[in-house]
Amino acid sequence: MSLLDGLGDTILISVSSVVLGTILGVFVGLAMTYGQKWLRFIVRLYIDFLRGTPVFVLILACFYILSVVGVDLTAFQAGVLALTLFCSSHVGEIVRGALSAIAVGQTEAAKSIGLTFVQTFIYVLLPQALRQILPTWVNTATEIVKASTLLSIIGVVELLLATQQVISRTYLSLEFYLFAGFVYFLLNFVIEQAGRAVERRISIP
Amino acid sequence: MSPILTISGLHKSFGELEVLKGIDLTMQRGDVVSLIGSSGSGKTTLLRCVNLLEDFEQGSIELAGEKIGYREDGAGQRRRLSEREVARQRAMTGMAFQQFNLFPHMTAIRNVMLGLIKTKKMPKDEARAVAEKWLERVGMAARSDHYPGQLSGGQQQRVAIARAIAMNPQIMLFDEVTSALDPELVAEVLAVVRDLAVDGMTMLLVTHEMRFARDVSTKVVFMHQGRIHEEGTPEEIFGAPKTERLQGFLANSEI
Ligand SMILES: Nc1ncnc2c1ncn2[C@@H]1O[C@H](COP(=O)(O)OP(=O)(O)O)[C@@H](O)[C@H]1O
Ligand SMILES: [Mg+2]
Repeated sequence: MSLLDGLGDTILISVSSVVLGTILGVFVGLAMTYGQKWLRFIVRLYIDFLRGTPVFVLILACFYILSVVGVDLTAFQAGVLALTLFCSSHVGEIVRGALSAIAVGQTEAAKSIGLTFVQTFIYVLLPQALRQILPTWVNTATEIVKASTLLSIIGVVELLLATQQVISRTYLSLEFYLFAGFVYFLLNFVIEQAGRAVERRISIP
Repeated sequence: MSPILTISGLHKSFGELEVLKGIDLTMQRGDVVSLIGSSGSGKTTLLRCVNLLEDFEQGSIELAGEKIGYREDGAGQRRRLSEREVARQRAMTGMAFQQFNLFPHMTAIRNVMLGLIKTKKMPKDEARAVAEKWLERVGMAARSDHYPGQLSGGQQQRVAIARAIAMNPQIMLFDEVTSALDPELVAEVLAVVRDLAVDGMTMLLVTHEMRFARDVSTKVVFMHQGRIHEEGTPEEIFGAPKTERLQGFLANSEI
């Protein structure tokens, strides 16, 4: 039973981090592409800092440092926050790349039929960018699933920690570690296949 | 009759480089004006100013009685209009680009419908009907569910023209719409443009197709180094060019 709970937490952590991280990441990518110089500079620092820091350290920082400055998060919340920030830096970078790869003529054509900047972004640029980033984004999602194991160090009973708890009761370490490994593989396999399926569906003829 | 387009004293620079050095041009409803001139003379930039895709430092452009792009504040300072205003005014002109610039993730008909739905706030059904009508007009009705990647260059350009014109603009701007096309596809696009001209559409077009300019234009404007060097009826420009520059230019163009 506790293994199932652990799996549930792993899924919940991964899904929330990827969803929140992607939304935040789109804004990060937008700021990098269209922001004023000072904004781009700040966001660049944000991206480089998050990408240059081990996720392990990010998790500890979100859990311990935030509580020192008076923001009390549960271990679960702190973990999701860390993974969300990590995810947003990756998504931000790939969104920026995808947006700057779209020909400037697309924006001009959109403007010339009277679309505002926001409309141009939503209906013309984003759909093209999302198609382009999908493969890399799926990759990021699987990285997040793997990184979710690190939440065990701050005591979140996700799949890995739940497995270790079962092992400490049963002493069947090989069997349960193999089982956990297999479940992680399965999760990421499903994500990748779903990604491919979506990619095929939305590919532009 | 008051003019549909009045460009006065238009100056435009890219940094140090002054590209338009005082352009004056007036068009009446139904006029077809062709801009000719060698590469780099500022033809594209002029169209882009009219479509408000470029800022300009001096002069004014008046479209259907409305100053576009800028206003003067209380202190007489020239100010760029808000993004929303500019977007609205842009929709008053239709632009067809050299590179078509269709939206690759939308079918032909979706390309045409987008502006109708988002800018004109038309209900979907009505937008579809209008889009179908224009795709029919440019001979693309049978391909309305194709994506741009599935169309030839000439077909893409015809859809792009339908997309612009479906917005019911006051004036259509064409920037060398055939120069990215294989030679065998040029005629089908020119036929569409000619059709629109015959129908009384007001058009300002940049073209290297001299024979075409001669046939469809009510006026031809020869640009040289950011200025209008000579202008007149097609007969005057092609039949009796006055300046040496224009004579030289025409001698080097295929007619
Ligand atoms: N975005 C730009 N930045 C800098 N210079 C430009 C830009 N666009 C055009 N120019 C320059 O302006 C001049 C006129 O260009 P253009 O209007 O494209 O001429 P044409 O369409 O007659 O060939 C050229 O010298 C060109 O290099
Ligand atoms: Mg040009």
